[in-house]
Amino acid sequence: MSAAEQAEGIPDVPVDARGWPMYEIFVRAKRGLNHVHVGSLHAADDRMALTHARDLYTRRNEGVSVWAVRSESIVASTPDEKDPFFEPSGDKVYRHPTFYEIPDDVPHI
Amino acid sequence: MATAEQAPTGSRGPEETPVEPAALQRQFDETIARDQRIEPRDWMPEGYRRTLVRQIAQHAHSEIIGMQPEGDWITRAPSLRRKAILFAKVQDEAGHGLYLYSAAETLGVDRADLTERLVEGRQKYSSIFNYPTPTYADVGTIGWFVDGAAICNQVPLCRSSYGPYARAMVRICKEESFHQRQGYELLLTMMRGTEAQRRMVQESVDRWWWPSLMMFGPPDDNSPNSERSMAWKIKRHSNDELRQRFVDMTVPQAERLGVTLPDPELRWNEERGRYDFGTPDFSELKRVISGEGPCNEERVARRRKAHQDGAWVREAAAAHAAKQASGRATRQEAAA
Repeated sequence: MSAAEQAEGIPDVPVDARGWPMYEIFVRAKRGLNHVHVGSLHAADDRMALTHARDLYTRRNEGVSVWAVRSESIVASTPDEKDPFFEPSGDKVYRHPTFYEIPDDVPHI
Repeated sequence: MATAEQAPTGSRGPEETPVEPAALQRQFDETIARDQRIEPRDWMPEGYRRTLVRQIAQHAHSEIIGMQPEGDWITRAPSLRRKAILFAKVQDEAGHGLYLYSAAETLGVDRADLTERLVEGRQKYSSIFNYPTPTYADVGTIGWFVDGAAICNQVPLCRSSYGPYARAMVRICKEESFHQRQGYELLLTMMRGTEAQRRMVQESVDRWWWPSLMMFGPPDDNSPNSERSMAWKIKRHSNDELRQRFVDMTVPQAERLGVTLPDPELRWNEERGRYDFGTPDFSELKRVISGEGPCNEERVARRRKAHQDGAWVREAAAAHAAKQASGRATRQEAAA
């Protein structure tokens, strides 16, 4: 939280939405599916994040469950496609079923 | 605040090898050329980032200001059904604004800053929302024309090269269809009513037609940013092409509705397979954009007032959150 916050002797109170933390929102569209990231929003606290998420991202029954995660809590790999982070899987073609040659007359495989 | 979806602000970590700017530019160009999306933490040219921030912020502001012309009619809509529809529509516009602010924030800007720029008149929004809504038919005409024009503009933006913008547009376009249909249905209903109601619809159509055509921006030979935006695939079609699409889409709807469009040059061109139409008064567009439209001042003043009037709510919520958090910390300490 930044400069904003010297209201009436209460410490750490931001005076506008600038101080409201950002949350990333994930919505489960229906049972059986994963939660999927849909966007972000600002909220003063966790509960408000959930109600805002409901109002913003599920106005038409788009969800049966919502996760709200403080944006700053997310750890992420670097975006670079050539990131060596993903290299280990690059040369392991034998992990894919198509690596194996099976004669055409073998059924169900 | 650094977030997963935000642009990296600091330098790269020591374990990562620095990449030459030329190589970064090449990677960026290749991604665009392959028609893949640029994502928030990717390297991007400063001009690309600036163009996106400007466009997305203006787009977000347009949605937020766009609540006002129709919002005026919520309390006066003629039935509970119409009130509920209009309420839902205006609420959607707020939602669209927030999707777009969220997309803009992935580029490293702050929503509060963007709001400030809007209320201080330093950032623009669509010219169309500076026109007044003196009759209830305007609610229908806005849905039909303005949201129809928005659909023409926005459907191609679902394939915009910047991922978060494109994804926001997908959500928006899904909802925009309801907006257009409720407007057209409202007008259909009025056209089945009294002679006075039919006149009200025609009068509204006459007022909104040309400003709606101006929504697509200046003509191609006078649109300074278009070419670059198209090279970057932020934008997929030229202003004039989108304007033509809107006319081609709308004329048959006008015929079915039983209204005339106020353009003596409007006629079907067999050869082109499209409608010919007159040229909007682009000097009017220029005036309205530069702040001299009928309602510019009122719109921005009301947005500013709403923002100021809401300050105590934001403060109270923040104070409550801080109090809850400190209470939680104390309890945890006591438990430990």
